[in-house]
Amino acid sequence: MKTWDEVPFAGYILEPGNAESYKTGDWRSRQKPVLSQEKCTFCLLCWIYCPDGAIVRKEDAVEIDYYHCKGCGICSYECPSGAIRMKSELEET
Amino acid sequence: MVAGMVLALNGDEAAAYAVKQCKPDVIAAYPITPQTIIVERLSEFVADGELDAEFISAESEHSALSACIGASAMGARTYTATASQGLALMYEMLFVASSFRLPIVMSVANRALNSPLNIWNDMSDTMGARDCGWIQIYNENAQEVYDFTIQAFRIAEDHGVLLPVMVCHDGFIVSHSTEGVETLSDSEVDSFLPPRDPVYPLDVERPVTIGCVGVPEYYPEIKYQQEVATKKSISKIKEIMNEFNEDFGRNYGIIEEYRMEDAEVAILTIGSASGTAKDAVDEMRTEGKPVGLLKLRLFRPLPVKDLRKALSDVKVVGVVDRHISFGALGGALNMEVRAALYEMKDRPHVMGFPTGLGGRDIRVEHFIKIADELLKIAERDMLEEDYRVVGCRGPGCIGP
Ligand code: SF4
Ligand code: SF4
Repeated sequence: MKTWDEVPFAGYILEPGNAESYKTGDWRSRQKPVLSQEKCTFCLLCWIYCPDGAIVRKEDAVEIDYYHCKGCGICSYECPSGAIRMKSELEET
Repeated sequence: MVAGMVLALNGDEAAAYAVKQCKPDVIAAYPITPQTIIVERLSEFVADGELDAEFISAESEHSALSACIGASAMGARTYTATASQGLALMYEMLFVASSFRLPIVMSVANRALNSPLNIWNDMSDTMGARDCGWIQIYNENAQEVYDFTIQAFRIAEDHGVLLPVMVCHDGFIVSHSTEGVETLSDSEVDSFLPPRDPVYPLDVERPVTIGCVGVPEYYPEIKYQQEVATKKSISKIKEIMNEFNEDFGRNYGIIEEYRMEDAEVAILTIGSASGTAKDAVDEMRTEGKPVGLLKLRLFRPLPVKDLRKALSDVKVVGVVDRHISFGALGGALNMEVRAALYEMKDRPHVMGFPTGLGGRDIRVEHFIKIADELLKIAERDMLEEDYRVVGCRGPGCIGP
């Protein structure tokens, strides 16, 4: 990380629109959504409901962006097909 | 008014006239005694078309400084003025202005803080704001107010500084006393103070974000950067002062010595009390007593090395504060001078004399009492008290 003589003047942000590089995925504390492509009907409800824009819409499928996903579970709750399961991350580590 | 002449101005008018010549783009202020005259004069200059500035009459000091922060961040030369409760109401925004490194210039006509309700002079306001990251310059008279208001813009906007500056003068004693002030012509001010060259002006081609979150992983680095910049500004301030001295035949320093040759004890003052103290020093010297005077002009950043050098040969220093830091060692100036001298090998004794509280007159005889006390300390080579309040009736004080 940058030292005091390397950080920009007075902490100004000099590159516009860089909020995207902030890893909000770090905020997940217990669980992460896991998507089953077989069950998914591509209805896009999760894409609409995710408060963090962490559901990425592809050509004919959705993907989860774990760099930004905060693990709130809303997508799993809203999915009408049960295609998103919340999995404990504690077990993983 | 005709420029480049000796004009009869009080301290507030001297500030206003200097500001007019510095051509600010934006002035946002709220009137408060004893600073009101400054804002009144400036609003007249704008109304009469003598000054082409955006004059914002804010609904409070908090809003006034907030408006200044926005204007200065955009790239405008920005000015405000306040005192006492007004400065207290600005407190939150003072840190924002300095942390954004915005070169805002603010005059403060020093006044006591309530309660009891008191509109008269002391330095509780700016001394209480000493940790807000602003440069603080204290002036003795209207001439200094005029000269340092102009220099304040140069200092603040210098790319080697980029910090807000408070230009302080004692309420009523300086703000409302009319004196002859040697002014500069508009062209002289123009040649000394070029237009502001903002580093990150508002520019759609080059957008920047100011005032973002500073998480613990970055906050210390950003704050240390500010600390280094503040410390480093001392040499720039000296440089600019010297340039002003040379251009306009003045003789200013960040610390000024008066009859310090062979002085065994020194009185250290700040602001208008320095003039009274000089008279006392003259009297003491006539009686053959080795008393000298140091006047501190720059309190933030504190010129630690210069203080050590100036006080290396005296046995005792009496620090005259114009406020009290409750429950500590008298006033802030006393504590800081002591701290600055502590690591010196043959450090002098340092005793504090908080005085002139809430407009109590401080006279030559007060300074003579202080000097006599300092000579006693020098003789017994021992300090018995950290501080004693001067100009107060009752046990433990030097009054009235
Ligand atoms: S868990 Fe929350 S943040 Fe993560 S993808 Fe689902 S809705 Fe978005
Ligand atoms: S809500 Fe469920 S089914 Fe619909 S797109 Fe998202 S994961 Fe697929």
